[in-house]
Amino acid sequence: MFERLSVMLMKEFLELKRDRWAMFRLIVPLIIQVLVFGYAATFTVYHVPTAILDLDQSQASRNLISHFVATGRFDVVDVATTQNALTRDIDHDQAVLAIVIHAGFNQDLENGRRAPLQVIVDGTNSNTALIALGYINQIIAQFSADQSGHAAPFRAGPAMPVTGISLQTRTWFNEGLDDRWFFIPGVIGTLTLLQVVSLTAFAIVREREVGTLEQIMVSPIRPFEFILGKTIPFFLIGLGDIALVSAIGILWFHIPFVGSFWVMLLGASLFLLAVLGMGLLLSTFSRTQQQAFALNFFFVNPFFILSGFAFPIAAMPTFLQWFTVINPLRYFLVVIRAVFLKGVGLAVLWPDLAMMALLAFLMLTISVLRFRKSLD
Amino acid sequence: MSGNPIEVAVRVQGLSKNFGTVQAVRNVNFSVSPGDIFGLVGPDGAGKTTIMRMLAGVLSPDAGSIAVDGVDVSANPEQAKLRLSYMPQRFGLYEDLTVAENIFFYGELFSVPRTERIARSKELLEAAGLQAFRRRLAGQLSGGMKQKLGLICALIHTPQVLLLDEPTTGVDPVSRRDFWAILYDLRERGVAIVLSTAYMDEAERCTRLALLHTGEIRLCDTPARIKEAMPGTLLAISSAHPRFLREIIAGKPGVLGTLLMGDRIHVRVDDPARRIPELQILLADQGVGIADIVRAEPGIEDVFVALLGQGNKS
Repeated sequence: MFERLSVMLMKEFLELKRDRWAMFRLIVPLIIQVLVFGYAATFTVYHVPTAILDLDQSQASRNLISHFVATGRFDVVDVATTQNALTRDIDHDQAVLAIVIHAGFNQDLENGRRAPLQVIVDGTNSNTALIALGYINQIIAQFSADQSGHAAPFRAGPAMPVTGISLQTRTWFNEGLDDRWFFIPGVIGTLTLLQVVSLTAFAIVREREVGTLEQIMVSPIRPFEFILGKTIPFFLIGLGDIALVSAIGILWFHIPFVGSFWVMLLGASLFLLAVLGMGLLLSTFSRTQQQAFALNFFFVNPFFILSGFAFPIAAMPTFLQWFTVINPLRYFLVVIRAVFLKGVGLAVLWPDLAMMALLAFLMLTISVLRFRKSLD
Repeated sequence: MSGNPIEVAVRVQGLSKNFGTVQAVRNVNFSVSPGDIFGLVGPDGAGKTTIMRMLAGVLSPDAGSIAVDGVDVSANPEQAKLRLSYMPQRFGLYEDLTVAENIFFYGELFSVPRTERIARSKELLEAAGLQAFRRRLAGQLSGGMKQKLGLICALIHTPQVLLLDEPTTGVDPVSRRDFWAILYDLRERGVAIVLSTAYMDEAERCTRLALLHTGEIRLCDTPARIKEAMPGTLLAISSAHPRFLREIIAGKPGVLGTLLMGDRIHVRVDDPARRIPELQILLADQGVGIADIVRAEPGIEDVFVALLGQGNKS
C-alpha cells in the first residue's frame, strides 16, 4: 500500500512543481485577501460625513460640535443654515448624519432643563448608522458630564443618566476593542475553507474529466489509497495556508497569540480533514469542473456566512442555527479565536474539537463510499 | 480457434447490463485464448464500450460473469486488475508530466520492478517511435503519439489480457501501423487482446470477431468463416454514377442488398448465374450501357450489412 501511495504523492508534487503558477495562485491571493480583510473588514466607523444645523449659535452649541469633531469619528462636511439644506445633504449622500441644535439649547442647559438635540441618521446602511449612534450616545454622555462638572470614562457604553448608577465596564481579552483582533483569526479559517474545498474538488474532478481517474481505477490501487494520495498534499497546503495567514496576523497586524501552538495545530488538522471531506464530497457530485464550480459556489458561501465569521450565530433564525451545526468553520472559528485571544486549552475547547472530528469522520466516510459509486 | 483450447484468457458468460430501460448489453458470451486478437465490431451504441468497461472492472454487470485468467473480476478485482490492462478510447495521461514520467507513474502503480520497467519502456518507446520524445510533456504530443503513449503505459506491466476500446480512432495511418505492429508482437508473446472497433479494415486484422448489434452478439467466428456465412453472393459493379446505379438495382428480384463502395457498388444476389445477365439487361434498358459485373470477395462490412439487413426484415 505504501508504495502505491508514495507514487501517487510523487505524481501530485511533480504536477504541482510543473505548474509554475501554482505557488503564485496558492499564495498571492491569500496574502492579498488577508491584507484586505485586515484593513477593510472592520465595524469601527471613522470619518462619518456629518452635516450640522446650528440654530442656537451659542457657546454651548459650538462646544458640543467640537466634542463631535474631536473624536475623529465625524467629519463636518456642511454647516447648513436651513432644514432644507440639511435634507438635501442626506438625500445626495453628502452626509450620513445630521445634527440639529435647536435655538434655546444654551439657555435650556444653563437653566438646568432637559435640552433636546435632534440627530438624523441615514438608515440605508443600518450597520454604520447603528454604530454612529452608539458614538453619539457616548459623546453626549461625555458632554453632559463635562457640563455638570463630572468626568466620565470615554468608553462608557450607552448614555447613562449623570446621576445614579455609575457604569464601570472592563473588556477582557481585547481591551482596545480592536475589530482586527476579532476578524483576523476568523480570516484564517475562512480563507482556508475557501481555498481547500475548491482545490480538492477541482483536482479530483479534473482527473475524472481527463480520464486519468478511470485509468487509475483499472490499476490495482484501491480507492482509499487514491483519495489519500490526492488529499495529503492539500492537507499540507491547508496547514501552510493557516501558518501563512497566522504569521501575517501576528507579525503584521500584531494580533496576540496567547494560546497553545499544539491546540491550534490540533484544531487546524481536524478542521482541514473536515474541509477536505467537503471537497471530496463535492467532487463525487460533479462530472465536470463546471459542475464543481457551481456546487462550490452554492455550498461555500453559506458555510462562510453561517459560521459566525461576521454575523453572530445566536442572532440567526433557529433553522439556520441548526444548519450551522454541520459547519466545520463554525467550530474552528471558536477554537482559533479562543487560542489566539483567550489562551484557553483543551479543557474548554474539547466540544468544538470533538464536533470537528465527528464532521471530518462523517464527511470523509460518506465521500469515500460515494466515490466508489461515482466511478460507474 | 488458435492457441491451446484448454487455456482461456478471458471467459464471459451471460453478461448483461441495463442503463435505465435501455438494454445496453444482452446475454453476451465469448471466450478469448492467449494469442487471440478478439475484435468486437459494431456501430456506435452497439454496446462495445460497455462490454469493455465491464471487462476492465470499472463498471459492474447486472448479470453474468467475467473471468480473467480464471480470476473472477467482480469477486477479486485487485487480482484481476494485475492481469489485465485497459485502454479506453481516450487514454488518461497526465498532460503536465513528460512521456517518461507518465510511463514511470503507470509502471509504479502496477509495482513493476525498476529494471524491468526500464527495459520494457525502452523497448516499447522504440517500437512506438517515441524514444525521441521521452522528455516532452504528454500534453504537447499529437493525437496519434498520445494514443501510442497510452498503449505504452497500458503495456508497461506486461498484462496477460489487453483491452483496447477503439484504440485507433482519430489516429494517423503511420501511428496506426506502429500500433498494430506492437499488437502483433504481443500476440506472438501469448497476450490475449480484446479490441473494439468501428473500422472494418481493422476488424479484418483480428483473429476472431464478434459482430455486435444493439447489445447482442449476432455472429462470432474467424473473419474468414464470418465471410463464408454471408448469405448470397457478392457482385461488384463499377460505374461513374454508383448512386444512380444503386437506385435502379435496389429491390429488384433476387437482389438481397446493395452497398455503396466509392466508385462501385456491391450487390448481393441469391443466384449469380441467373442474376448477372438480368442485371446487365436492366442496366442497358436504363441507358447506363454495358456495365462490368464481376464476382467480389465479401469484406466484413458486407457481411455486417447483410446480417443487419436480415435482422431488420425479420
